[in-house]
Amino acid sequence: MSGKPKLHYFNGRGRMETIRWLLAAAGVEFEECFLETKDDLTKLQKDGSLLFKQVPMVEIDGMKMVQTRAISNYIAAKYNLYGKDLKERALIDMYVEGIIDLNELLMGHTFQPADKKEQHFATIVDKATNRYFPVFEKILKDHGQDFLVGNRFSRADVQLLETLLMAEECKPDILAKFPVLQSFKARISNVPTIKKFLQPGSQRKPPLQEKDVQKVMKIFH
Amino acid sequence: MSGKPRLTYFNGRGRMEPVRWLLAAAGVEFEEKFLESRQQYEKLIKNGDLMFQQVPLVEIDGMKMVQTKAILNYIAGNYNLYGKDLKERALIDMYVEGITDLMQMILMFPFSPPEAKEKNLESIKERATNRYFPVFEKVLKQHGQDFLVGNKFSWADVQLIEAILAVEEKIPAVLSAFPQLQAFKVRMSNMPTIKKFLQPGSPRKPPPDEHYVETVMNILKI
Repeated sequence: MSGKPKLHYFNGRGRMETIRWLLAAAGVEFEECFLETKDDLTKLQKDGSLLFKQVPMVEIDGMKMVQTRAISNYIAAKYNLYGKDLKERALIDMYVEGIIDLNELLMGHTFQPADKKEQHFATIVDKATNRYFPVFEKILKDHGQDFLVGNRFSRADVQLLETLLMAEECKPDILAKFPVLQSFKARISNVPTIKKFLQPGSQRKPPLQEKDVQKVMKIFH
Repeated sequence: MSGKPRLTYFNGRGRMEPVRWLLAAAGVEFEEKFLESRQQYEKLIKNGDLMFQQVPLVEIDGMKMVQTKAILNYIAGNYNLYGKDLKERALIDMYVEGITDLMQMILMFPFSPPEAKEKNLESIKERATNRYFPVFEKVLKQHGQDFLVGNKFSWADVQLIEAILAVEEKIPAVLSAFPQLQAFKVRMSNMPTIKKFLQPGSPRKPPPDEHYVETVMNILKI
């Protein structure tokens, strides 16, 4: 046993990607065990490793943790990425939950049926540019600090960067009207642990391609 | 200003009900402002009170908090319902997240089209009895303690009792194969703050009806 956290998921972003980002940002090395077939999932379900029969599952500190938020909360707190007190945590949680909502929209795009894709894309752009990005643009502009909360690097910064990059993959000029977010993106991308994660060969996963959608559906359905 | 937390939401359960449960369980009195019209909602948005233009909104300790999970995390942390250390928190989070997945099905149920309702009810029953309730039955059986985590009342217990009662409203015999959960239900219902919340006249909201669904759909334009 290596002592490193071990991630169980399919070989793609999905609900595990945020966890990969957080561990990487915290400078924590981790191993991955990829589900390739439905049998792989069934085996994990049968051996009692999955509390609610679902992945993500992360083996960490003697626990088999499931539920993305539970895992993210644990990692953030353990590695001091969760603010210094309850009030900073409250801010971080609010920001992160908003970001998660946008993330869900982005993640869902590849799975949209062909006749709904265009409208879904429009929804993504509308929500990103009218509901979510303005909030973070304003927060950063108002306090003028490098990081979202408490003048200190936290999970909110990690998760915002992750989502900004995903949004840009969807529409490359989506940050055109958000100069402060553009600086934020450059700044956080240069944090050493994040810079490393953004380099080729890291454990960051590429976006899901259309051709892989079927394979993923087969594992879970 | 009273200093009490103030909740802004529709006059019904929805995403605010777990917040009502948690505050009540912690013995915290709160006020409520009910959204009855689209106009009211637009005014809130215009005032900049809603960070992401959405409710729930909870004004608490000088903050205008939005996002249900953020609100619940804060209340749990503030009122010592979140375990004694990171590992207990991890367990509480896992249990709460699982229960939330089940509650999400109940939350969405009234908004599903009539032809899908029977199937959705079957799904709720299947998930409750095959995926979620067995987990908590086993947890309680294995440690034999009164509460889910750390031998102490926590957010996980509040979330579970809420879910049990919500599922029972739809499927009255759902606990028939779960003796531990039956005992848990009785035990939690008798905790003084919860007992009070379960009495008529408390801030607990009734199950959603057609009027509630209509109101929500009008205000949110869905």
